[in-house]
Amino acid sequence: MSHAAAADAHHTSTGLPTWKIGFWTFIGSESLFFGTLISTYMVYKGRSLVGPYPPDVFSIPLTTLSTFVLLMSSLLMVLALNAVQRGDRRGSILWLFGTAFFGAIFLGCQAYEFTHFYHVGLTLQTNLFGSSFFILTGFHGAHVMVGIVWLLILWVMALRGQLGPQDALKVEIAGLYWHFVDVVWIAIFTLVYLLQ
Amino acid sequence: MAIAQATTHASTKPQTGIWSWITTVDHKRIGILYGVTSLIFLLIGGIEALLIRIQLMRPEMSFLDPDTYNQLFTMHGTTMVFLVGMPIAVAFFNYIIPLQIGARDVAFPRLNALSYWIFLIGGLFMTYSVIAGIAPNVGWFGYAPLTSAQYSPGPNVDFWALGLQILGVASIMGGINFITTIINLRAPGMTLMRMPLFTWMAFVTSFLLITALPVFATGLFFVTFDRAWGTNFYNVAAGADPMLWQHIFWLFGHPEVYILILPGFGIVSEVIPTFSRKPLFGYSIMVYSGILIGFIGWGVWAHHMFAVGMGPIADAFFAASTMIIAIPTGVKIFNWLATMWGGSLRFTTAMLFAVAMVGMFTIGGISGIHHSVAPSNLQQTDTYYVVAHFHYVLIGGLINAIFAGIYYWFPKVTGRLLNETLGKWHFWLFIIGVNMTFFPMHFLGLLGMPRRIFTYPAELGLADMNMVVTIGAFIQAISVLIFLANVLRSVKRGELAGPNPWGGLTLEWAIPSPPPVYNFTAIPEVRSREPLWAEPESIEKQLKEASPEGIHMPGPSFWPLVVAIGIFLSMALFMVDAWWAPLVGVLLTFFGVVNWAFEKN
Repeated sequence: MSHAAAADAHHTSTGLPTWKIGFWTFIGSESLFFGTLISTYMVYKGRSLVGPYPPDVFSIPLTTLSTFVLLMSSLLMVLALNAVQRGDRRGSILWLFGTAFFGAIFLGCQAYEFTHFYHVGLTLQTNLFGSSFFILTGFHGAHVMVGIVWLLILWVMALRGQLGPQDALKVEIAGLYWHFVDVVWIAIFTLVYLLQ
Repeated sequence: MAIAQATTHASTKPQTGIWSWITTVDHKRIGILYGVTSLIFLLIGGIEALLIRIQLMRPEMSFLDPDTYNQLFTMHGTTMVFLVGMPIAVAFFNYIIPLQIGARDVAFPRLNALSYWIFLIGGLFMTYSVIAGIAPNVGWFGYAPLTSAQYSPGPNVDFWALGLQILGVASIMGGINFITTIINLRAPGMTLMRMPLFTWMAFVTSFLLITALPVFATGLFFVTFDRAWGTNFYNVAAGADPMLWQHIFWLFGHPEVYILILPGFGIVSEVIPTFSRKPLFGYSIMVYSGILIGFIGWGVWAHHMFAVGMGPIADAFFAASTMIIAIPTGVKIFNWLATMWGGSLRFTTAMLFAVAMVGMFTIGGISGIHHSVAPSNLQQTDTYYVVAHFHYVLIGGLINAIFAGIYYWFPKVTGRLLNETLGKWHFWLFIIGVNMTFFPMHFLGLLGMPRRIFTYPAELGLADMNMVVTIGAFIQAISVLIFLANVLRSVKRGELAGPNPWGGLTLEWAIPSPPPVYNFTAIPEVRSREPLWAEPESIEKQLKEASPEGIHMPGPSFWPLVVAIGIFLSMALFMVDAWWAPLVGVLLTFFGVVNWAFEKN
């Protein structure tokens, strides 16, 4: 074991790269974070004293569309990782940008949704629904935003030819994050939007 | 993101100077930083306790006004839990885990430095509020809706909510780092069931850290957003339920109790076998009971809430789960006794503290069982009986173990032994002081003296016992001063220790004291649970035959400090009355993280 630290994937107790274990641990921690946010939303569901209430503001078709785009971005993420692993530079550039772009579409839909809710009178301060909804989806949106920046940094590296097959782990970990944020959205979409 | 790994070729020589400490990523140096910092916070928290005890020395004293008293008991609790108990355990984790499992550093050395800097800055931020006289004054548990802007308009609660939020980030990062280190950087042959028990307990504690802290973080965000942005999470007028906070807080708060005590269990499980010259009795049961405590620790939180009226079914469930958790804890007590049974005992100061831990923790455990009985709990809640209970657990259990650990590993860290004569003075005064302080509190509580009230009337007849308690507190303070004198004296002039002064059994005793930067010349292959007892020749031969040449150690970095300042600002600037202010911190964090990720040296 010539390297003290981690990136060294060869001589570890499990044979797995240390970064990957560390990142899975982080995802475990994040799950509890979102779990508490979602539980709070569920506990306060139907307890707002004044409107607007969820059925007054939600547009299921629009959110279904943005959910679909976000799920498809996970597919593009898989393609991006595959391209990087194969050393396919053009594919890497295309799919990394595509993933970030689809993420940006999702965020755009969320921005539109938030603005629309604001105009019909739902703010952070309006009622329990407003507080718990905006904070939950806001934290999720912030995570998507971090993911987009991360993907764009990888995209720039790919453009400069600095992202070869030896860097696949970097992309794989970005992918773990991206898929996790996606999975959280599936829970939010189901529990918040569909089960009213 | 930060996947680019920093390594240098020639940094196996020890560095010197302030800058080398600021940029260090060496787990041993970070361990020392954590240890020294938390001992300083121990003094601050201790002074807060002494001020409280002076106020309570006689009935109807006016040494402190009620608001200052509120600030002091809040900050005493907050300081001792978050700035002493947790980080001092992390100091041991940092220094000892890599040495015990045969690694050259933790899995993520720069992340480790980041954890320390966040902890330091967060601790200074909270302590500043005490000096400025605007410290948190709502209790360390900060019950809603007292923390709302309506009832606590000043900045006091902001220091509490934001300070704890900052410290939580450091703890989660630490947890991730230790879990990864233990899973992935063990020496060849060191299977999980050959790991030293201290490392095992650190492993369980780390899982509690990464699961409990995010729950707390969410609850604290709600406090901050309620105060800064006017959300309604704890706003009863908008239909909110203040019980939400209590559930979130104790969902974190009870695992937190085990975050504090499990490292103590680990330390004692190393000290007792060494000074009994016997392997730990029932090693695997000790491991399983530690894991079980970690799991059940998640299912007992509402025993802190019997008094709020959850109904008989919830009360019965949490009473039962609390009683059940006494079983794995009792198993540990009996296994420590069985380890000592028939051993050739050596009562060094470290061993004395370890034995005192077993006894005094048991007293705290027994009063804990009393609390688990819901009807009896209703009589005891919010009285000094509870104060007696958790001080026996945290001082009798944790602090005794910490002192045992310091006397045990000090020679490894500094190369010199602590003085045993001063050590015995320290020990006996401390034990007398602690019991004088906390044993009478059981009676004070049962006689009806309430917690968190700044004074009491003379007619209650509590004056004499309170006087005894205060004298006990000062005896503790004297013993801690003796300890500090011992440390300062022994660092420079203590007796030279050599690699293995106690005849210890785990890998850290196979290398020189203090250890070289790279720890091990070669990573030894391990074939047993007690490598230095079962196979000393093999380990020695492996270490002797290798040379440190060509060992690559991670290079120094100051980006952890930059990111720590960024994370601090992204929380602390919530106190500025502008919605965009925290974004300044977010941008600095981003700048730091990107530079960190692309750092080459």
